[in-house]
Amino acid sequence: MADLSINFAGVSSPNPFWLASAPPTNSAYQINKAFEQGWGGAVWKTIGSPVLNVSSRYGALNYGGHKLVAINNVELISDRPLDVNLREIAEVKRNWPDRAVVVSAMVGSSEAEWHDIVKRIEDTGADAIELNYGCPHGMSERGMGSAVGQVPEYCSMITEWVTSVASIPIIVKLTPNITDITQPAQAALTGNADALSLINTINSIVGVDLDNFEISPNIGGKGSHGGYAGPAVKPIALNMLSEVANLAEMQAKNIPISGMGGVQTWQDAAEFLLLGATSIQVCTAVMHYGFRIIDDLCDGLHTWLDDKGISSVNEVIGASLHRISSFGDLDMNSHVVARINPETCINCNLCYIACDEGAHQCIDLVADGVKIDPKTYSGDITPQPIVREDDCVGCNLCSLVCPVDDCISMVPVTRNRPHNTWNELSSERPEVLEWDGMARYRDETGIDIH
Amino acid sequence: MEATPLTLDELQRRFTELEPAFSSREARIEANRCLYCFDAPCIKACPTNIDVPTFIRKIGTGNTYGAAKTILEANLVGATCSRVCPVEELCEGACVLGSDHKPIEIGRLQRFAMDHIYERGTMPFTPEPATGKKVAVIGAGPAGLTCAGELAKRGHAVTIFERNSLPGGLSTYGIVVMREPIEVALTEVAFIQQLGVDITTECEIGRDISAETLVDDFDAVFIGVGMGTVPPLNIPGENLDGVIDALPFIAKTKLAEKQGLSQLSELQIAKSIAVIGAGNTAIDAATIAKRLGAEQVTIVYRRSEAEMPAYDFEYDFIKREGVEFRFLTQPTEILGDAGKVMGLRCQRMQLSDIGSDGRRQVDPVPNSEIVISCQQVIKAIGQEKLILAELFGLATTRGFIDVNSSCETSHAGVFAGGDCIRSQGEAMTVTAAEDGKIAANAIHARLTSSIAAD
Repeated sequence: MADLSINFAGVSSPNPFWLASAPPTNSAYQINKAFEQGWGGAVWKTIGSPVLNVSSRYGALNYGGHKLVAINNVELISDRPLDVNLREIAEVKRNWPDRAVVVSAMVGSSEAEWHDIVKRIEDTGADAIELNYGCPHGMSERGMGSAVGQVPEYCSMITEWVTSVASIPIIVKLTPNITDITQPAQAALTGNADALSLINTINSIVGVDLDNFEISPNIGGKGSHGGYAGPAVKPIALNMLSEVANLAEMQAKNIPISGMGGVQTWQDAAEFLLLGATSIQVCTAVMHYGFRIIDDLCDGLHTWLDDKGISSVNEVIGASLHRISSFGDLDMNSHVVARINPETCINCNLCYIACDEGAHQCIDLVADGVKIDPKTYSGDITPQPIVREDDCVGCNLCSLVCPVDDCISMVPVTRNRPHNTWNELSSERPEVLEWDGMARYRDETGIDIH
Repeated sequence: MEATPLTLDELQRRFTELEPAFSSREARIEANRCLYCFDAPCIKACPTNIDVPTFIRKIGTGNTYGAAKTILEANLVGATCSRVCPVEELCEGACVLGSDHKPIEIGRLQRFAMDHIYERGTMPFTPEPATGKKVAVIGAGPAGLTCAGELAKRGHAVTIFERNSLPGGLSTYGIVVMREPIEVALTEVAFIQQLGVDITTECEIGRDISAETLVDDFDAVFIGVGMGTVPPLNIPGENLDGVIDALPFIAKTKLAEKQGLSQLSELQIAKSIAVIGAGNTAIDAATIAKRLGAEQVTIVYRRSEAEMPAYDFEYDFIKREGVEFRFLTQPTEILGDAGKVMGLRCQRMQLSDIGSDGRRQVDPVPNSEIVISCQQVIKAIGQEKLILAELFGLATTRGFIDVNSSCETSHAGVFAGGDCIRSQGEAMTVTAAEDGKIAANAIHARLTSSIAAD
């Protein structure tokens, strides 16, 4: 069986799955339960400045009968007394020496406060500290959380305050509520961070109640922007992860990343690993189903690695990063077309209407060899959707809407044109930047777009 | 030898709708399973062409009222259809998920939407301004109600003449409580009345009002009367005490639901009952007899299982109810003692050639008489052809009224639909509704062209 253990900036963990700093890591009671069930590590819910919470706190995005496609929250950092948290952290680390016990921290922007909290955390025996530069609600208004993460200068300054006194690894947790994630990432490296973690939650309003026009979650008749997480945010997280993981400095210094954002299953986790995460943090899935999901997370990852003949999870970390390209370097002459298998087609015609109204009008409904108009057709033969391959731009849409597994496949076709990227073309033949020049180029190469 | 009377609680338990309603959450989950096919086969499989994917999507988005509107646009008796349609032969049978998944439960979803709008209480359509045209509709069953409702929507003044004391036709009187409670049928009627349809009950054509009066006083007439009463068996013993017709028997249990279940306990039920016939009405009558406490209920049918006209799901259901079947058995005499039924003498039959109606004929097996012991005989052998066609002087085929593709009869301006024209194909509520719609469209076209001409 493949080895799932990782070493993250010197912190070892029996598997890459850590609980993210969030309600599931609020107490020793919870983390003990999680570790008993097999979690590799946990990032303690952020400790630091004193806070008071409100009620209610969470809101949900449901879709198509599925609950919690995403969750948002206005819960603050831990509201339990600091000494209780510190005592429990020490106790958990003592009980679980082989697990990664990381403590998330957030205090006001003064060097003394940060030095103090670092010292107190180190005294617990915790393995590492995660600096919470991401919380987008409540704390940010007080100049903490994402208020730090959004300003690279603060980010590097505070990181440096911490790293200058810390003896255990420092992970900087980045906020996604920013235009260019690489800037705070770079700033954290300037402040000598040992590792990064991302993404924190995304700023959001999760819903409005259509009965009373109130905001969800509803706190005494009002609502506020909150942090958005869960399956719906995964693609945003994967993009930011890859942008940071591909930074030259990250690779040169071999800085590990703890990836998170919408991980529900081992497949999600595997994608994070492939795009450069060394450990995987999970929150929403646990809030929905409990700690027991760790069994399938590990088991599924094991099976996948074994089936691929890969002996250690470390071998897949970042394995897909080199496949991320800028648009200008994509091969414009690589071409695929859709093929519909009439044997497995159930005639729902979703591909037809998606292509006809949502894409490029290259699927016909054909009955007895004749293209029919579904508005007027009344024959007995069930019309079959058929792709006009010459017109198919290979957009994938039909295959994405098809409800039958493997019914529509996207098949590579040769158009007998050499490899060519936009960057190559526009530098070799700058005339294509004007429509006249583009028309000439299309004529020469036989590209017909109508 | 009467059956042991049942308590009211037991009757209540036995005489309620069998299929449970969807909860909101169940309906949403089921609705979200629908693929929302384009140009979907379920629409084509519905005789009234309900836009099934659209109404299901509306349930999925929480717009249940809109879902009911979509149903009612195509079918004003959608609540009855959701309960009585043989959906596995129609919409659900056509569902693309049927091949390797479970088809969407379209019937139950339709019922969910219709229950919702009935609870809300208002018909979603506002009739168009009055055209000044008058239409007479004979019969307040699914065909007549649909025709009347569609015409009223378009601003025509419609009066329905109904022979019974309650409107609704078979939905009110003939479909067992376990499949459609009477309130559903009556609410369906009340909704159609909201469009301005006037219903005159206990009014029989030829007795209370003449056919000529209707033709003279109205701009068009629609006949939607279904079929007549159960014909005589023409065997000895038919007048004995204990020989009853299936339809009035079923009607009594429907009305009991409205007037109080205690009425059910007043129905005389024997310990052993023979039901003659194997159509859906026979099955319903046998079900009721069993549920009212009869110990032994035997369905006697002269042909075989394969020729049986009842729906498969009805047959499956009744076998579970514990009803016994005697196929290839022809009643020859009802035996009596002191004027009361004591048994049913029958002759065994065998299948022979295919007859002119496309069904296998049967011949008697010599010396094969049997006697089924019973104290009650329920006749459910099909319904008599109508005399109404004669009153209007309409052309008929085997007693069924002849109509063209617009449901117009041989008498211009007189239209007909429902079971009374169904000389071929299955007589279903949904086809009756579609007839009513087709006729309404044709009548509307006829009336508006004459308005334009005025």
